Amino acid sequence: MSPIPTPSQTVGPFLAIGLVPLANADLVAPGSDGALWIEGRLLDGAGAPVPDGMLEIFQADPLGRFPPHTEAPWSGFGRCLTDAEGRFCFTTLAPGPVRLDSGELQAPHIEVLVFARGMLRPARTRWYLPGEAELALDPVLARIDEGRRASLVAFARAPARLVIDVHLQGEHETVFFGY
Amino acid sequence: MDHDEAGRPGGAGARGATDRADLAPGAARHLLGDKTALGEVDPRTIDPPYDAPGYRSSTRRSPRHPLLVLPPSVAERAGPLLGEGRVGPLDHDLTRQHPGEPIGERIVVEGRLSDGDGRPIAGQLIELWQANAAGRYAHHVDDHRAPLDPNFSGTGRCVTGPDGRYRFVTIRPGEYPWGNHHNAWRPAHLHFSVFGRAFVDRLVTQMYFPGDPLFAYDPIFNSVNDPIARQAMVAAFDLRLTEPAFALGYRFDIVVGGPRPTPLEDER
Repeated sequence: MSPIPTPSQTVGPFLAIGLVPLANADLVAPGSDGALWIEGRLLDGAGAPVPDGMLEIFQADPLGRFPPHTEAPWSGFGRCLTDAEGRFCFTTLAPGPVRLDSGELQAPHIEVLVFARGMLRPARTRWYLPGEAELALDPVLARIDEGRRASLVAFARAPARLVIDVHLQGEHETVFFGY
Repeated sequence: MDHDEAGRPGGAGARGATDRADLAPGAARHLLGDKTALGEVDPRTIDPPYDAPGYRSSTRRSPRHPLLVLPPSVAERAGPLLGEGRVGPLDHDLTRQHPGEPIGERIVVEGRLSDGDGRPIAGQLIELWQANAAGRYAHHVDDHRAPLDPNFSGTGRCVTGPDGRYRFVTIRPGEYPWGNHHNAWRPAHLHFSVFGRAFVDRLVTQMYFPGDPLFAYDPIFNSVNDPIARQAMVAAFDLRLTEPAFALGYRFDIVVGGPRPTPLEDER
């Protein structure tokens, strides 16, 4: 007999009280060797910023490994609460290649969970690094309508400086995944 | 009122609530015996839909495209190791974080973190946050006309033990009004943030108190459609956890079930 999974509930408007103390958006020190800056905004269906949201990321290290197979202090995990303009930013390293269970190689990407007041459960998405050749071969992107793929691919504003917005709803709604 | 559900507390979900809200504390669990059976609950009714009836804030923050089904990858079957080293010795005791004692009724909240097969999850981080006894959060956005308590921040953390157990000592939070609809009040609750073994286990939820008269009117509680799943968010009073002449004890077991199927309502 299996126990009933505990249902998800919203983080509510006061999430900062509980979730800021262990928030760490810098997986590596800004400015350190190979550091990659990823920033963006969390937006609602009307295009308004979501100031009471949180993004959590989890990703492979540059060799494509996850804990416990990584070297300390790499956790692969980052958390950033959105600011008054809905902005978030992370400093990390470019993730290495990771295969699907089928053996197909995926383009380098970061797993993302989005939480906010008004969201009763997190939305699951992923951010791909720019790189046309690898993106063209990615088995997950291949399943998405061409017009919506761009919502998952970060834009390089400058070297080592990526931008990606998350649209919860609306014309530019980000692609979200279910199980 | 800018939403057609406003003023109709709970919306569709509340109808389902009425057949359980009047049961004795922990009754749903009791009816199923000590080991509740997932067989009684459709897994697609465990989690709430993104766009929930009566919860106004979900209207513009709910994805409208169908979710793309993607089984958990190697990434999501792994997980960050966030246990040891991040939690101080008094982080689990919200009544001892300031020079004085907070106002309110002390409570002990204890439980077990397990996976969907009932196996304990050891060494993982649990974060907690809540309103004070007067129903006010120590947060600049909270404008409820109730007093702040200089001896209460409402934030706690702990790491599960080898048997998956965790324990907090805190103050019973007050109910509080919110702007969702006319005369809207949230039932008393604690916010829990939980990491399991894998990123796919990540869970944020709310723990409620048994017998709360506000259950029938709360669209967040009732966003979980299945009445038995809803009871899984309600702690049980437990005399064994109650400390004589000190604090009432509540048991709240947390089950992170691994990948959750997409709720029925989101299959558009």
